[in-house]
Amino acid sequence: MAYSFRRNPVAIVSLTVFALIAVLSFCAPLIAPFDPYDPGQIDIMNSEYPPLWVNGADAQFMLGTDDQGRDLWSTILYGTRLSLLIGICAVALQAFLGISIGLIAGYVGGRIDSLLMRLADIQLSFSTLMVAIIFLAVTQAMFGSETFNQYAVYFLIAVIGVAEWPQYARTVRATVLAEKKKEYVDSARVLGFGPGRIMVRHILPNSLTPIFVISTVQVANAIISEASLSFLGLGMPPSQPSLGSLISSGFDYIFSGSWRITAIPGIVLVVLVLVINLLGDWLRDALNPKLYKG
Amino acid sequence: MSLLSVRDLSVKFAMRDTTVTALDQISFDLAKGERLGIVGESGAGKSITGFALMNLLSRPGFVDKGKIMFQGDDIVQMPEARMRNIRGNQMAMIFQDPMVTLNPVLTIGQQMVETLQAHRKLSKAEAEQIAIVKLREVYIPSPEERLKQYPHELSGGMRQRIIIAIALLLDPQLIIADEPTTALDVTIQADIMELLLELCQSNKVGLILITHDLGVVSQMTERTLVMYAGRIIEAGRTREIINDPQHPYTQGLINALPQQTKPGQRLKQIPGNMPSLTAIPAGCPFSPRCEFVKPHCLTEAPKTVQYAHVEVACHEVNRLHSSTDSITQSDKAEEIQA
Amino acid sequence: MKTPQPLLEMRGLEKRFELDQGFLETIKLRGGKIVQEKRAVHAVNNISLQVAPGEALCVVGESGCGKSTVARLIAGLLTPSAGEIHYDGQRIDNRSRRAMMPLRKKMQMIFQNPYASLNPRMTIQQALEEPVRYHNPALSRSDVRDKVAEVMRAVGIDPSWATRYPHEFSGGQRQRIAIARALTVDPEFIIADEPISALDVSIQAQVLNLMLEAKDQRGLTYLFITHDLSVVQHFGTKVAVLYLGSVCELADTATLFENPKHPYTRALLSAVPQLKDDHPNHIRLRGEIPTPINLPPGCPFESRCAHANSRCAPNNPAPCNSLMARSPHAMRLKKGAWTAKPRTGGTE
Repeated sequence: MAYSFRRNPVAIVSLTVFALIAVLSFCAPLIAPFDPYDPGQIDIMNSEYPPLWVNGADAQFMLGTDDQGRDLWSTILYGTRLSLLIGICAVALQAFLGISIGLIAGYVGGRIDSLLMRLADIQLSFSTLMVAIIFLAVTQAMFGSETFNQYAVYFLIAVIGVAEWPQYARTVRATVLAEKKKEYVDSARVLGFGPGRIMVRHILPNSLTPIFVISTVQVANAIISEASLSFLGLGMPPSQPSLGSLISSGFDYIFSGSWRITAIPGIVLVVLVLVINLLGDWLRDALNPKLYKG
Repeated sequence: MSLLSVRDLSVKFAMRDTTVTALDQISFDLAKGERLGIVGESGAGKSITGFALMNLLSRPGFVDKGKIMFQGDDIVQMPEARMRNIRGNQMAMIFQDPMVTLNPVLTIGQQMVETLQAHRKLSKAEAEQIAIVKLREVYIPSPEERLKQYPHELSGGMRQRIIIAIALLLDPQLIIADEPTTALDVTIQADIMELLLELCQSNKVGLILITHDLGVVSQMTERTLVMYAGRIIEAGRTREIINDPQHPYTQGLINALPQQTKPGQRLKQIPGNMPSLTAIPAGCPFSPRCEFVKPHCLTEAPKTVQYAHVEVACHEVNRLHSSTDSITQSDKAEEIQA
Repeated sequence: MKTPQPLLEMRGLEKRFELDQGFLETIKLRGGKIVQEKRAVHAVNNISLQVAPGEALCVVGESGCGKSTVARLIAGLLTPSAGEIHYDGQRIDNRSRRAMMPLRKKMQMIFQNPYASLNPRMTIQQALEEPVRYHNPALSRSDVRDKVAEVMRAVGIDPSWATRYPHEFSGGQRQRIAIARALTVDPEFIIADEPISALDVSIQAQVLNLMLEAKDQRGLTYLFITHDLSVVQHFGTKVAVLYLGSVCELADTATLFENPKHPYTRALLSAVPQLKDDHPNHIRLRGEIPTPINLPPGCPFESRCAHANSRCAPNNPAPCNSLMARSPHAMRLKKGAWTAKPRTGGTE
């Protein structure tokens, strides 16, 4: 692993960029000059300042301000933190659901397998965004936007997590079916171990490789989903902006000269998703022994 | 003139940081129509020998040194285009697993006609006629029907017969068979071996039989090479090697067979494992497992000497025939004499 | 020969694998009519065998004869389609996993492929400790360690290697570790499914010696599945020859090798390449092994037998106890009606 990492400049750059973004965003409260969640620090009179390198900038605001007078640099830091958090938590939920279901379907087989996998097929035949839009629109209407905004993070994690479990379930089931035939599983059965123990202690550790690989891709996908939903106004409220809602809030001004409010968070989003995907590619190659041994 | 003459052939594999030696200066000859067995355990280099002879080594393996003279031409130096003409035409190879050697999406007939047309200018009908004759030679019932069948419709034994028929299509001078019956059952194995023997004898085809099974070698071949860790450690007439092996490894290999011990008794085992190619011991590669090991075995690589009808690479080859104290002295004398 | 109470007994054991699963697959077109038809592979047909304590019963046969299926049925990895398996007087084939637990300690299995039979993500220590802990939850940590070190020494694996992973070992060493794992629960009966056929000749001898040692020191009883007749001759006290899922000959090892009765056994024995014999005189069997799908009603060997006559095709020969052989010809051979000179003609 380490060897293939050192030989791959793309992986090194990607990991550096990802680590930088992650560290900066998770330390946001320490390094950001302003707190975008605190209405007391926002002054509408400061709105739409350009970044430092453009004429007419205010030295306080490194990347300028948005339409409400929030410091864009601070908001992006907080927003990235929120996007990453939602992405990772949603993937953790997906992985938990998908791995459990995939293990059971693959190991037990028969009717249960057919039932679970048909469920997965049905789930997959609706696009994630469609499910999420319907679910979020209904909840927003049910709880009213005040309550919804308060719990938006949890709703987003839940809906993105639930919508994408079949990806994991299918992958895990396929590897379980392959591993189940190996003699070490028979050997564990002959020793009298129960199905739970065999699944968790013996089969799961040997199915981790593909799980790691899809996890990276899924984090990137979840961040995109969150951004899309927020952009559509079904995600994070403008008072607690994630990258998606930031892009969305700047979108109205894109033709009125303040395109930076959309463009800068947009670039951050693209870079973030790109490096995660590149890392995923590298991980897949590194963990595939056929490509790796050479 | 011998059909095939291998001189000091070394094959190496380029690894990440180092190169490992898979074949270490092996030399042997094969006369026209002779049947030679190459015996050894996995990792001994016997399959690599087969691939090197066909010039089929693929990266990271390469011939480092040495010559393979086939009918007077050096295969190592030969351009790929000429080699392709020799392969199949004058040299054919039979592989271990009949289930994967045939292309599953082509019929038997298509595969045989393709092989023939690649080397000779023949019409499809002419090629099919030759194919039918060859299938009949390997005792395949109703060969006309078989031509239209796909490999999966045939049993393992039938497939291996067809593979032999394909190997014989162009009347080669030499067949290299790499564990041709290991994947087959005993009764089928006996049939295939008998067939191969008969065809080699009647067509005067040379055979190099690569196997781990001493019984098969004993029944099929005239001469035998025993390989260990990429070297030939013993060579000679098969009968003599089986009846009176000289190298401690060959002796150990034969004595380890269950037939050599009374039922229920402890088998005479060789301790330890075959060294991996990345860690071949200095001196004699067999020294860590050898019961006759002497200090100079650990430092000096043994030379091949003629001893009691066979060629053997061992410092202590005359241990049984002289007093134990004077072994080192007489051993040297033996080497000089040889 | 009076045998004591058998340790393991199979009575009329059968196993069929359904080929057509699900309703749609069973619908077929036959002669213009749509019919429902289920095809099944008859892997094991009506096998009755007994293994007495201290015995080593070898089950031999060629690929597809059902010998591995027998092993897996006894180990409880498969459930029989019909018949019963008794261990030490108790029926075991219909028990739940929990009810089998006490027997799991007594009965262990060794597998063919040492590269697949150890979990690649567990160190040797973990792999060996797991069964000890699981079956003896009361044992203290140091007792578990001692037990593991003891079995490792017994199979000739240095206990200081315990923290390594399986891929760091050679095939022979892995098979030793697999044997050690089976021995951790102190079994009395071991099912060995081709335990040495994936190993090199010099390593085969090591593992076979190890299994013989374990037999003597621990008083083990073996059911040994193999295709290698020379191993049978060395290891087994009794041999059952399987052909197409049926036992065609059952005899003491010495008797079988000196005087094989069934034509198939004779062909099998004659096909083994001999070391010192320059002129093989092997009995050629015509044709190939028929598929075990929808077996013919008569003697399964009929299609390849050189002695087959009109009574073989319709009637399955009944086991003949005096000779422990199953073919009707065996009986006739004994009476001298047949000269013991088999036809050695080619493919007919």
